[in-house]
Amino acid sequence: MNSSLIVVEILVALLGLGVLLADLWMPATHRRRLGWIAAGGLAVIFFVGMKDAAEVAYAFGAPGAKTGMYVQDSLGVFFKQFFLLAGILVLIMSVEYSGRFATGVSEYFSLTLFALLGMLFAAGTNDFTLMFAALELITITFVVLVSFQRDRASSIEAGVKYLILGATASAFMVFGIALVFGSAGTTNFNEIAAAQKTLASNPIFLVGLVFVLAGLSFKIAAVPFQVWAPDVYQGSPAPTTAFLAVGSKAAGIVLLLRVLYAAVPTITAQWHVLFVVIAALTILYGSLCAIPQRSVKRLMGYSSIANAGFLLLGVAALSKAGAAAMIYYIAGYLFTVLAAFTVLSVVLAQTESDDISTFNGLGQRSPMLAAVLTLSMASLAGVPPLAGFVGKFLLLKSVVPMAATHPIYLGLLAAAVVGVVISIYYYFGIIRAMYWGGKAGASEPLQTSWPIKGALLVCVVGMLWLGILPDTLVQISTPAVEVLKPELPVKVAVAP
Amino acid sequence: MSLTSTLLMTPFLTALLVLLVPGNYRFVVRCLALLGSLVTAILGVVLFLKFDPTGAPYQFEGLSTWVSSSVFRLNYHVGVDGIAAAMLLVTSLVGFAAVAVSWDIDKQTKLFLILLLVMIGGALGAFASLDLFFFYFFNELALVPTFIMIGVWGVGEDRTYAAYKITMYLTAGAMVALIGLIALYTLSGANTLDIVELQKHLAKTPLSSSAQAFIFPCLLFGFGTLVGLFPFHSWAPQGYGCAPSATAMMHAGILKKAGLFALLRVALPMMPEGVARWMPVLAILCVGNLLYCGFVAMRQRDLNLLIGNSSLAHMGFAFLGIASVTVVGLTGAVLVMVSHALLAALSFALSAWIRHQTGTLEIAKMGGLLKRMPFIGSVLTLCFLAGCGVPGFANFAGELAVMFGAWKGLPWIVVVAAWGGLVIGGVYMLRALRTILHGNAGVMLPSLIDAPTAWRKFPFVLLAGGLLLFGIFPNALTRRILPAVTRVAELARPAAVPAATAAPVTAAAVVTPATPASN
Repeated sequence: MNSSLIVVEILVALLGLGVLLADLWMPATHRRRLGWIAAGGLAVIFFVGMKDAAEVAYAFGAPGAKTGMYVQDSLGVFFKQFFLLAGILVLIMSVEYSGRFATGVSEYFSLTLFALLGMLFAAGTNDFTLMFAALELITITFVVLVSFQRDRASSIEAGVKYLILGATASAFMVFGIALVFGSAGTTNFNEIAAAQKTLASNPIFLVGLVFVLAGLSFKIAAVPFQVWAPDVYQGSPAPTTAFLAVGSKAAGIVLLLRVLYAAVPTITAQWHVLFVVIAALTILYGSLCAIPQRSVKRLMGYSSIANAGFLLLGVAALSKAGAAAMIYYIAGYLFTVLAAFTVLSVVLAQTESDDISTFNGLGQRSPMLAAVLTLSMASLAGVPPLAGFVGKFLLLKSVVPMAATHPIYLGLLAAAVVGVVISIYYYFGIIRAMYWGGKAGASEPLQTSWPIKGALLVCVVGMLWLGILPDTLVQISTPAVEVLKPELPVKVAVAP
Repeated sequence: MSLTSTLLMTPFLTALLVLLVPGNYRFVVRCLALLGSLVTAILGVVLFLKFDPTGAPYQFEGLSTWVSSSVFRLNYHVGVDGIAAAMLLVTSLVGFAAVAVSWDIDKQTKLFLILLLVMIGGALGAFASLDLFFFYFFNELALVPTFIMIGVWGVGEDRTYAAYKITMYLTAGAMVALIGLIALYTLSGANTLDIVELQKHLAKTPLSSSAQAFIFPCLLFGFGTLVGLFPFHSWAPQGYGCAPSATAMMHAGILKKAGLFALLRVALPMMPEGVARWMPVLAILCVGNLLYCGFVAMRQRDLNLLIGNSSLAHMGFAFLGIASVTVVGLTGAVLVMVSHALLAALSFALSAWIRHQTGTLEIAKMGGLLKRMPFIGSVLTLCFLAGCGVPGFANFAGELAVMFGAWKGLPWIVVVAAWGGLVIGGVYMLRALRTILHGNAGVMLPSLIDAPTAWRKFPFVLLAGGLLLFGIFPNALTRRILPAVTRVAELARPAAVPAATAAPVTAAAVVTPATPASN
């Protein structure tokens, strides 16, 4: 057993426990400081603890086996850094927001750390059982995080919805894993990959795989398992929503990549029509439903569905380029969405409602916050020079060659174009509210603390960096997907 | 850094400087923006004059590898051929004029000027790019500024609707074009969007018929939407009608031309089969621009909507020139692009001045303005005469060349164009002139003033001067654009008449606007 690979996970777990323990001795008035300590601790781990994965290494395998439940490779390292960065920014945001929690501020920080722990394990998953454990850790902590504003009915409602639907999804998944184990005799991704030629014709295995994919679709909010997202996004505290949108979705994405391209690439290739249809429907559902929304958090819920659809373009592309584009897109999404939610949590800190009209006049009140939110909406809409544009460009670039092979990909491209055009409408609606939305409720400038300013700066720099200088991340994402082995469908040969 | 890079970076650097000045120092902000755009304009003129038509196809090149991965390669590649040099010249001039006429903006001046400078820089970048990724990138930079500018500083009740409409139409067109460009990247096998590399690659291995059949319509209709090709044009008059003057000037004058520019740069020279299949369709659609938009313009009561529709009608000439795929016709199309950039900018600057002074844009409510505003009135007369295609203005040279170029292949459409552009155009332009400038005094605000100082007159003089200059010496333009246009025509119609015989005809036809046959 090679437990030195999971030193980051151990440190995060210790940090979470430390925050819980410190709560016992910390006077109630100072508990917000624990958030700074947690964020600082994560920053130390982020800068010191992360090592490049020079070669693929496994942990928790059978003695002598060349594989294990846990894998450390460049894909995993990329996502671990991603989750740590998201965790730091979310903790900064939640310190700012924590004034609105009646009690249990330090539990909030510590639960955020435990959700992060689940995500870190998800990044290195190489086994269906570890996948289930990681996902359950994420889901259960999020149930509490979602319903953390116990004095608000909508928060409790969101928690109940997330609990019930999340438990259903988990049930699907565990049933699927049972079927997979029953038919394959193993839950290890490498061993399944070695046996997939025979498993591909085993209906029990395929049914099990469908159930597993259903569970993962729930995590990333893809059609037809997307119904929870708007309600939960709307009811949760803003930092939780942000972490759901970024962290939980990215965990689903890394697991999806590993299952589809590391465990069962041949079956994935056979099912390409399914992924095309799901991607197209997810884009269209998210975009169309976002049109009439007035609640900004609910809007972001639908936007997150639409973005799940855009991410699935990379799955439908059945190529390393597609997987690399997904990584690029989700990295841009991290900065973009966290920028949006940081502004949201500052603006919504004073008011109960999150109607779009809350943002009226923000361009005059706080030009800086309005500019950041404008950039982030433009990035979500895929406008240069921001991260979202390069992400969408790379995703489309990975799908276009497939259009020469199967006409259904033309439909997918059409859905993507329609989704982008519609997204202009709802994202720019927020820009409109900020600059000429009518009478503002309040006119005094909003106070922003230095850590919030720092977090916003990181997000804006990240958006512009990924939008203007794509080279660095392209250079990182290309080798990161080398561990994945996508295949093309047998009948289809890509034109030169 | 190459001259091109310096030129296109100047507005962005200015915007950055303006960003650092506190918003309440309005005078400093205005001066800084004006200075930056003046430097840009001077650089644009220098670049145009230094461009050597006998030299290399692309001059003042700047090249650096931007992304070099095995799966994705990207060059930052800028450089100018004759067409780009001409477009960069008018872009920098119109940009300067746009900043100058924005002197009156009092509401959130700093934000307005930053957005305007980004828009100018984006337009320059689009025309200077020799990599299609950066062409798209720079062209799309204007999207968010357009939306905010129309919404915050725009005029009219339904400006929110207009702002949404223009951004959504432009995004739709741009996305379709983007799919085409990506398909060009992947299906060509060149794995680059660098125009020079692509052309080299395609010279050896042309695009397959099926690839051309997919890519060409994507580019034609995608970029066509950006230009306002019938029937994807309805965003334009409304958007311009509600936009503040600087935005309308930049959009109607400059950004619209980026779509035509891309058709000349990419669609025509790289896909001869697509050209053969789709140019007849374009020829028919451009009748929609010429006739339908002309008739719509005739019915307008709002000055901005009239100008907006007439600008779409003028785009019909540019489309006709492109559809002809002859050296003369393409030269004419570029001349129309250049002259219409100046014309549209001038028209919108004038209409904004008039609206500011009279408080209305309704043509019927105005009247007798020439008496109270002799300068603005005279420039408006010049401008509308240029719009009717009167000889002596750059538009005449362009429209005439388009009709000469298209006569052989598309005689009926030339008849329609002559009739639509010149007769219908004459009707609405002259009618509007009569109502606005002559007759009984209409709405007169007590504060009605003509452009008071030489300084306030300067932007109008600059644009009108450009129209006259290129009208009298079109050779200054044609000499520079001819080599580039000849290359495009040769590549677009490999089997057509060799360009060597066609070229002198062009020059002769355009330099001497001798027989205004169709007037």
